[in-house]
Amino acid sequence: MSAVKKSIVVEQLRKTQMIELLSKEKRLDNRGLMDFRPITIETGIIEKANGSARVQVGNTQVIAGVKIELGEPFPDTPDKGLLVVNTEVLPLASAYAEPGPPDEDAIELARVVDRGVRESYMIDLSKLVLIPGRKVCVVFIDVNVLNIDGNLFDASSYATIASIITSKMPKFYVDENGQIRQSEEITPLPINGIPISITMARIGETLIVDPTSEEEAVMDARVTFVVDEDGNLCAGQKGQPGTLSFDQVKLATEIARTKAKEIREIIKKEVMKNAKG
Amino acid sequence: MKELINEKGLRIDGRKVDELRPLRIEVGVLKNADGSSYIEMGKNKIVVAVYGPKEVHPKHQALPDRSILRCRYHMAPFSVDVRKPPQPSRREIEISKVIREALEPALILEEYPRTAIDVYLEVLQADGGSRCAGITASAVALADAGISMRDMVAACAAGKVSGQVVLDLNDVEDKEGEADMPLAIMPNLNQVTLLQLDGKLTSEEFERAFEMAVKACRVIYEAQRKALIDKYFGKAEVGEE
Repeated sequence: MSAVKKSIVVEQLRKTQMIELLSKEKRLDNRGLMDFRPITIETGIIEKANGSARVQVGNTQVIAGVKIELGEPFPDTPDKGLLVVNTEVLPLASAYAEPGPPDEDAIELARVVDRGVRESYMIDLSKLVLIPGRKVCVVFIDVNVLNIDGNLFDASSYATIASIITSKMPKFYVDENGQIRQSEEITPLPINGIPISITMARIGETLIVDPTSEEEAVMDARVTFVVDEDGNLCAGQKGQPGTLSFDQVKLATEIARTKAKEIREIIKKEVMKNAKG
Repeated sequence: MKELINEKGLRIDGRKVDELRPLRIEVGVLKNADGSSYIEMGKNKIVVAVYGPKEVHPKHQALPDRSILRCRYHMAPFSVDVRKPPQPSRREIEISKVIREALEPALILEEYPRTAIDVYLEVLQADGGSRCAGITASAVALADAGISMRDMVAACAAGKVSGQVVLDLNDVEDKEGEADMPLAIMPNLNQVTLLQLDGKLTSEEFERAFEMAVKACRVIYEAQRKALIDKYFGKAEVGEE
């Protein structure tokens, strides 16, 4: 409900126009149906965070920060560190965003981003344990949305993975008295691979990737798949009160697997570019 | 990791990989609600009430051309092993949203402009797959309330446990297994209204799980139909229980 203003008449007119355009395989911003907008990533922008990244996907802009602290593990996973993902759609992100606690859209966003990172085992949480059942590292990832122009799912996910890849933390160890100490040594987070989130919108009978706010305003359904380095699907979410046919679900998984390879290279290049200079 | 499937190919609760848990659906279990249902799917026990179409509060939420659907999925504090605090968790908020989006395509909301339809799901006991059981029960309760519908919505999860694709995961399989994929479909229109995936599947496993879940949804749909027919045509001579 938040973040995007809707008017019933305008929405219907726009939708008709959009479907007509899409039937000719064209989009309002001249992209192809399977084209992403330009993706730019800057990392290490917040010195006080363990890791950070600003990601722009077209005009959508999000910033993610990683903070690593010590905490207690959950009783049912005594041998694993913790991962906590939160997203905030800030009131400065759009004329229609309002301050306040995260609404259901922001909660869904955070939980889908979380699922992608968690289920792909991107971070090896078993390496973040100091005293099993007692002390583990907690990786907090906070994603702040600064400007909304559609596809917050992918932008937030890319910011999250870029900030994880570039995170640095002090090496913790347990001394002979059982006390937790911090060494001078700085290490990266233990990482297994890069999961890539691909979000598609169905408008009429057409699937498109990386929808803008304008496209999201008229979409029937949204679907996100997160793909790991081996091409496995590791998270998925259909959204919006529309449906997908069985064939569209299959097509969406195929698109996700193809696009994920391409986007993973772009993200690696963007992150490397930052590392160099 | 625990052995979740034994050498005979049976699961910890004795089921085969493609076997549903025992399913029981009752219609019209709450007197005050406009429509209601109760479902047991294995150890899941969920009661659903539908109120509406009714006046919208707060008024600004009302839409001029159709009704708004609101869903609240809530777990009782005693429904799980470790007491769940009664206030809605982030998980419950997300599930409420996806349940609403799973039911909405089946409803002809344009018939009730400027009104609201509230669906309240109370999970009395959860044992894995409670959102799917909740959707199945909600669709029945909406039909019981006489809301115009394009189709039923039936839901079931499939996933991966001990390297095998399995149907209708229970709580242990959900937590210890490799993947869980809840799915809801409109069984006559052949449309997917809910799809989530939590865990790793190869593309072949995804397709197998998807097919398995669709097949199960059709079985569940027959149970939904039977529950409604039982109430409205079957046991009429006995009157209200």
